[in-house]
Amino acid sequence: MLNKYPLWKNLVILVAIAIGFIYALPNLFPDDYAVQITGARSSTEVDSAVLERAVKALESDGIEVKSSTLEDRDALIRLTSSDDQLRARPAVQAALGKDYLVALNMAASTPSWLKSLGAGPMKLGLDLRGGVHFLLEVDMDTAVGQRLEAVSGQIKQELRDERIRYRGGDVEGTRDIVLSFRDEASRAEAFSLIKRQYNEFLLDERTTAGEFQIVLTLSEGEVSAIRKYALEQNLTTIRNRVNELGVAEPLVQQQGSDRIIVELPGVQDTAQAKRVLGATANLEFRMEARQDAAASETEQFSFRDERQRTARLERELIATGNNVANAQQAFDENGQPQVSITMDSVGGDLMNRATRNAIGRRMAVLFIEFRTETETRMVNGEPVETEKRIVEKGIISLATVQSALGSSFRITGLDSIPEASELALLLRAGALAAPMYFVQERTIGPSLGQKNIDAGMMSVALGFILVLLYMLVYYRGFGVVANIALTINLMLLIACMSILSATLTLPGIAGIVLTVGMAVDANVLIFERIKEELKSGVSPQLAINAGYSRAFVSIFDANITTLLVAIILFAMGTGPVKGFAVTLCIGILTSMFSGLMVSRSIVNMVYGGRRVEKLSIGGKLANV
Amino acid sequence: MSDDQKKPFDFMGFRKIASAISIFLVVASIALLGIRGLNFGMDFTGGTSVELEYAQAPQLDQVRSRLTEAGYDQFVVQNFGADTIVLVRLSEAGNDQLAQEITGVLEASGDELKLISSEFVGSQVGDELKEESGLGLLLALVVVLIYVGMRFQFKFGIASVVPLAHDVIIVLGLFALFQWTFDLTVLAALLAVIGYSLNDTIVVADRIRENFRKMRVGDSWDIINESIHQTIARTINTSGTTLVVLLALYFLGGEAINNFALALIIGVVVGTYSSIYVSANLLMVMGVSREDLMVPAKEGAADSEEDEQPPEWLNRM
Repeated sequence: MLNKYPLWKNLVILVAIAIGFIYALPNLFPDDYAVQITGARSSTEVDSAVLERAVKALESDGIEVKSSTLEDRDALIRLTSSDDQLRARPAVQAALGKDYLVALNMAASTPSWLKSLGAGPMKLGLDLRGGVHFLLEVDMDTAVGQRLEAVSGQIKQELRDERIRYRGGDVEGTRDIVLSFRDEASRAEAFSLIKRQYNEFLLDERTTAGEFQIVLTLSEGEVSAIRKYALEQNLTTIRNRVNELGVAEPLVQQQGSDRIIVELPGVQDTAQAKRVLGATANLEFRMEARQDAAASETEQFSFRDERQRTARLERELIATGNNVANAQQAFDENGQPQVSITMDSVGGDLMNRATRNAIGRRMAVLFIEFRTETETRMVNGEPVETEKRIVEKGIISLATVQSALGSSFRITGLDSIPEASELALLLRAGALAAPMYFVQERTIGPSLGQKNIDAGMMSVALGFILVLLYMLVYYRGFGVVANIALTINLMLLIACMSILSATLTLPGIAGIVLTVGMAVDANVLIFERIKEELKSGVSPQLAINAGYSRAFVSIFDANITTLLVAIILFAMGTGPVKGFAVTLCIGILTSMFSGLMVSRSIVNMVYGGRRVEKLSIGGKLANV
Repeated sequence: MSDDQKKPFDFMGFRKIASAISIFLVVASIALLGIRGLNFGMDFTGGTSVELEYAQAPQLDQVRSRLTEAGYDQFVVQNFGADTIVLVRLSEAGNDQLAQEITGVLEASGDELKLISSEFVGSQVGDELKEESGLGLLLALVVVLIYVGMRFQFKFGIASVVPLAHDVIIVLGLFALFQWTFDLTVLAALLAVIGYSLNDTIVVADRIRENFRKMRVGDSWDIINESIHQTIARTINTSGTTLVVLLALYFLGGEAINNFALALIIGVVVGTYSSIYVSANLLMVMGVSREDLMVPAKEGAADSEEDEQPPEWLNRM
């Protein structure tokens, strides 16, 4: 038994270690304090002129700029200390005005050669960097209820158009609409009409006390479609609003079928964040004023994108964003971008009445924002933040009415696809599809975050050193091998987490600590097996080989079962549990690689291919 | 320890005492869970907690009386980590502005303080979490039972799941006894205990299986005793390294993961014990025999008493 690994096997291990090293490396570079500049809207570009203005403003305030870079859609100014960072935000905001968002950020200082390989540090979770966490719940019953109301209005409108007489119609319970008729004939007529047009409903007839009724029940599939739509819609709206908060790297994520997680790193003022998230942006549809209209009946607005361009609109509203049921970016016959809008029944009615006699005139879509602006002033050398509520109205589209509009129409004459999709998005973002409320909230102060990082790092370091000592004392030479394998395991674990851009949380650190403790298990198993073989009088080379191959079955079974549990943890868990499960899963895989292959490779290099009298494995050996 | 080889330590000699202890601990734990119940953390009960840092260490009584004056009733005020840090927990969860209000009330009395962290959990979320967590634990146990049942044999499946339940129940019992806060991180720790204890149990079970196939003499008692003896060094060393890091985590990891580390420390100790005295013991009771572990005939009855070889791909690895 020679115990030699072929060259290619050693090379594979070396390559894996080298890759692990490169991808773990970025975590050694500390993050820079930075401010990030982004356009307040997707159409606003951050260019070098903007960046120059910001840097100049900082220099004139005596804030040292470490470096400034222009990225795809945003600019990043790195600073030297957190004090500078806090002073820099108001300074830059003041210099650039409200077309730009300035956010505090921690910028990774990964060297560019590493970045070009796609390497970057692990992301830190909220518990490590400070910030707020919200869990919002979408009120699904209301979402379904609103839809029923809209449909019931629509059906009644159609019955009137078809001159079918009905007595009344109401939403009943959470899934049904009940329509009543005076006689059986009109019910039959209505039945066939509804059946043709509303196939999302299950129809049933009911006759009570001289009333002929039709019961429309929303199908299971349709209910879940409505719920899905409501959630997606609210996600979009919340994302837009989070962007308005100017937070770097926010997280907006669906959880379960009706909840939304919002995580805002660096934000401390939950009150402000909640106001913005809960705020209602809206839309108004108005006709452009006629030349001869009285001044008292008109209002002047500027365009959202070009402040200097204005238009006079009628004071009277046609409809609001609350009536928009859906808006999608699409293409017209000529391949030009357009936005298709679907109004609900009330909106469709209003729109039709207003546009019937206004063909050739222009209609405007006004975007209304309720937002709070934070002003920072220096009072006695301390920055003091005050908030103002602002209502801002800007025209997002002014288009000629081609024909009388109904519940669905389109806005054409848009310049580009991005413009059209942004308009569609704004129309959809106008209002939440269903009310939401906060069901969970967590604020972590920045000092607590730093404390958690320090505590976590300390315990990883101490635990690691203690395990190294333990193995060294107990297993001597082989202990060194296990320690090298353990070190490589830790490195690979960090590399994997960085590559997967997994988020490191405090429970995640606990997972790493636990992995460090458990990872040596594979080596302990192997070494004990080798000792046993030696005791039974087998030669050292054979003992090594037998130790590795016999211990494999145990290691494999033990790790696979633990992995199963870790996967269940990941699948079922939320928040802290998930963070822990991720590190545990990765840790099991990397520890199998390092415990079996890396340690074997080292052992082979040390003992392989020659006559060995004695192994340095600790304890009293029987064969010497 | 030179005569170890001839006369293994009589582990199974203690099995009656161990069984008595295990049964007592499990029954006591279940009783404690029934009587005292768990001190569920906010993750599960819903409520509001506010962590405040004072410039000077405040009198907790004064903080309490201030809150009572302001009209709050069900609350807990305690120090958290340091005497300048105060944690206020309220069972009220209906109002998501509570954290700000509390800070306001306490600031109004003129103390210099700042909000370190606040948390608000709706009670519905908490209830759901309890349900999901229980399901998660059960699911983990069932999956383990199935996997081990397939990989080893059904009796081994039982002998590996029962110790897991045993460990989980005892950890829970201690949490009920001392009324330590049971929150999400402790739940994660419990699942990690399952993983760890399972690891331990499988290693012992694996050796028992191997020895049943290899050793031609001796009854179940001897074989199980010998297997435990052969794996005891490994068991102690792995538990040792794991405990060492857990102690580091307990003392240095900070308040937030104290209970997490505590649950794991207890779990590792109990899990190590249970892999010997619960799992092996159960195998004895169920009367595991050589026939149970014969490799099925289709894999070649001739060499069925050879120990299981690692898969062929390992040698190519």
